[in-house]
Amino acid sequence: MQQNVVMANGAHPAEQSEYAELAVTENHPLLPLVARGLRFDINGRQIIRNISFWIGSSGRTVILGPNGAGKTVLLRLCHGLIHPTGGELCWGDLSVAEARAQQAMVPQRPVLLRRSVAGNVRHILSVKRVPRAQRQELVDAALEQAGLTNLASRPARTLSGGQQQRLAIARACVLRPAVLLLDEPTTNLDPAAVREVEEMIRAVGDAGTKILMTTHDIPQARRLASDVMFLNDRQLLEHASAAEFFNSPKDPLAARFLDGELLG
Amino acid sequence: MNEASSAIGAALSMIVTLDPGLVEIVLLSLRISLSAVVIASIIALPLGALIALQPFPGRRGVVVLLNAMMGLPPVVVGLMVYLLLSRAGPLGPMGLLFTPTAMIIAQSIIVFPIIAALSRQTIADLHEEYDEHLRSIGCTPLQSVVTLLRDGRYRLLTGIMAGFGRAIAEVGAVLIVGGNIQHSTRVMTTTIALETSKGNLALALGLGLILVMLALGVNGTALVISDAAKRRYG
Repeated sequence: MQQNVVMANGAHPAEQSEYAELAVTENHPLLPLVARGLRFDINGRQIIRNISFWIGSSGRTVILGPNGAGKTVLLRLCHGLIHPTGGELCWGDLSVAEARAQQAMVPQRPVLLRRSVAGNVRHILSVKRVPRAQRQELVDAALEQAGLTNLASRPARTLSGGQQQRLAIARACVLRPAVLLLDEPTTNLDPAAVREVEEMIRAVGDAGTKILMTTHDIPQARRLASDVMFLNDRQLLEHASAAEFFNSPKDPLAARFLDGELLG
Repeated sequence: MNEASSAIGAALSMIVTLDPGLVEIVLLSLRISLSAVVIASIIALPLGALIALQPFPGRRGVVVLLNAMMGLPPVVVGLMVYLLLSRAGPLGPMGLLFTPTAMIIAQSIIVFPIIAALSRQTIADLHEEYDEHLRSIGCTPLQSVVTLLRDGRYRLLTGIMAGFGRAIAEVGAVLIVGGNIQHSTRVMTTTIALETSKGNLALALGLGLILVMLALGVNGTALVISDAAKRRYG
């Protein structure tokens, strides 16, 4: 994966200007992310029950667990797309809604606009009111990071699955959010595409963005995680550093999951 | 039989030689219907989007009403506009009755619900798909509307063309509010009605042919555009 030139020399165009939206919150660190007794019900059914955690500012936090464990819902709660039924969630000293301006989320099936590849990136720049003069440079940098430079004018929805995912991540990261939330970023991708997407996630994290992602794929969690939150059946069973979690999981269910057992 | 075939011959020659009387009528028809579609679109597109995006009490009722109004009989619209614009009517002093402006007003009213209903449907579908993304990146309501209108542009264009097809083909409203005055408010459909009853089949047939070709052309183009957009943008 090519390193983003602009990022490499440290002067990202996004840092040179002030954006109305970001200006309000940019002096507030988003991390740690703290949850206390977080609950989420839908039609009386519990989807998340009584979860508490503390996520620090460094590294890539992976929310691991089988399908239906509540990973996606937890991620959406953190991004403020849905609101908790009970409990508390805050990003640093900001509310979830305030913090969203400094975050980006890539859902499992990213919504690509019915526009060109470059148009998809340009859209977010215009929404965030980036001055016109700076847009082209940012678009070029984002597409280079995604390895999509020569597909810039292609309609985004005609890209392959891996390319679409890379575009979605590049688009999300174009303004260097403080936090990037990814929901199952490599589901349905072939191994080569998985590697490209993972390298991209790593590069984004190395450039200073906090990564918070979900996966049900244990090898992927091993490759990417610096700390793991193990979620099963709507509860957080363990939260530990990657080394600790994979070498000596404390929770018996986590140990069985790591052994390849299918948890119901 | 003989009369019909000679009329067809005369009609074709009028079209080929661009008979001035025929061209005048065709151009007026296009001017009136295109103006009506543009005016209706300017109001109906954002309004359709607003109804799609902004929940309010009675929204379902408005949607049902809008859909039902797509089948508004042009004669009735003509009658309503006639009553509004006639000497004794509330807008009588403006002296618009039996002018092209009156015809544009009537056709705008006929076309409006078609474009508004299709715009609402398009934007509602697209919004369902885009909503989370737009919220995630912090779109203001106005930015959302602009994004949705832009990404729905091909489907919206199809709706607009359907509206134009209806406007150019209707006869009841323009006849009542325009009066079918030669060199002033005579359009294709009203001329066909008049010339047929006078027995002047050549002009009627010539205009009929052009009208059919326009209708086919508009619908064909709409189909091609939406097909191409589907292939290209999904």
